[in-house]
Amino acid sequence: MTFWSQALEIARVDLAVERRLGDSLRIVTPFAIVALIVFPLALGAQLSLIAEIGPAVFWALGVLFGMQIALRRSANDTPHRRDLYALIGLDPAAKYVGRVISGGVLMLAFLIVLYVAMLVLYSPDLPGGATWIAMLTALLFGVGLTELGTMAGEVTSGLSNRSSLASLIVAPLALPLVIGASQTLEALDRDVSILPWILLLLATDLALAVAGVALARPIEESMR
Amino acid sequence: MDSLVALNGIGVSLGGKQILRALDVKLQPGEILGVSGPNGSGKTTLVRLLATLLRPDKGSGVVLEAELGSNDIYRARRSIGLIGHTPALIDELSLRENLIHFARLGGPDAEQVDQVLSVVGLEDAGGRLTSASSFGMKRRIEVAYLLMTRPSLVLLDEATSGLDSAAQGLVAALLERTINLGGGALMVSHDADSLESVCGRLLRIHDGRLESTQ
Repeated sequence: MTFWSQALEIARVDLAVERRLGDSLRIVTPFAIVALIVFPLALGAQLSLIAEIGPAVFWALGVLFGMQIALRRSANDTPHRRDLYALIGLDPAAKYVGRVISGGVLMLAFLIVLYVAMLVLYSPDLPGGATWIAMLTALLFGVGLTELGTMAGEVTSGLSNRSSLASLIVAPLALPLVIGASQTLEALDRDVSILPWILLLLATDLALAVAGVALARPIEESMR
Repeated sequence: MDSLVALNGIGVSLGGKQILRALDVKLQPGEILGVSGPNGSGKTTLVRLLATLLRPDKGSGVVLEAELGSNDIYRARRSIGLIGHTPALIDELSLRENLIHFARLGGPDAEQVDQVLSVVGLEDAGGRLTSASSFGMKRRIEVAYLLMTRPSLVLLDEATSGLDSAAQGLVAALLERTINLGGGALMVSHDADSLESVCGRLLRIHDGRLESTQ
């Protein structure tokens, strides 16, 4: 069994479990949309302000609710299953990559739904081509957040307060992702180059991928 | 291979508490060793240590020619079969899907799944969701996986508790095949009587120490 076939098998089963449980798309996404509705209601009839803050609210909710999606996959592993995975020879790095693939797919679906809801509810004044740039940005942002969430989920596995602890780890470390993503749309709006911000997102994703793969086994072994 | 397992003065502590103390255990090829003891005596810790899932903090040990605590354990792990007291299956998958999943990850030919399901008597129930399956059915799937992988060392932690006689027969068949292939097994139970009929030698541990040998 190669590294990639193990990673793809983990991703396949994660997505099959999600299809049956519907945790991410049927529970987290509706809550995120409800949160998206709350802001315009709180601001009242200030339509120009609502249109202006739309993208910022999108990225803020993207981090807060996206974190739940990123953490959910590793939360499904019981200690007994972790033991079994270790004994059957599953490479922890392949598990990490598989989790990032499945989490990335779910995260992208979540962000697309949230983005469309934001466009409908906030009617932001975005320049032409913003949707495609937003999709690219959401992809890079989603992959980075999933990498971070997967790593935090592994580090906190087996701890009684894991959900709050993992969120506390992810939120500050997601700062480069939030800055890169929000500034990409901001730069597009100001008609300046988006390249530095896209590169920031790419560099963050790459650094998290390298760290996740390199630390997967030490993290797993230290958690026993 | 002289011994499948050789532990010398092994000590393991978890969360600052000493669980195993100066334990010596040997397991030869072709042998089934039983370990009994009261709850909290360290039986499960011993099983997890032998499965190379824990590292000793005192003494030394070799499992399937891999020194415990060294990087050789990653090679040895693939030849160790463990059935713990709680099934490790994924509840949201069917029994058959679980078997396919673990076979695809672990290396055995996933084509054998239907054949092995019929050996463990689950040819008609393989499509049942694991969360809706009985404990005995989940246990049969774990036995089925070990039948596919042919481990050299089988570790059973209270594996036959709560099983009907047919399922216990499957565990016995797994042990017999392992022995015939030159492997060995260690069975753990709080009930020494249940081990006597199966095991060639019986150890009793108490408070992490070897209390007696039969």
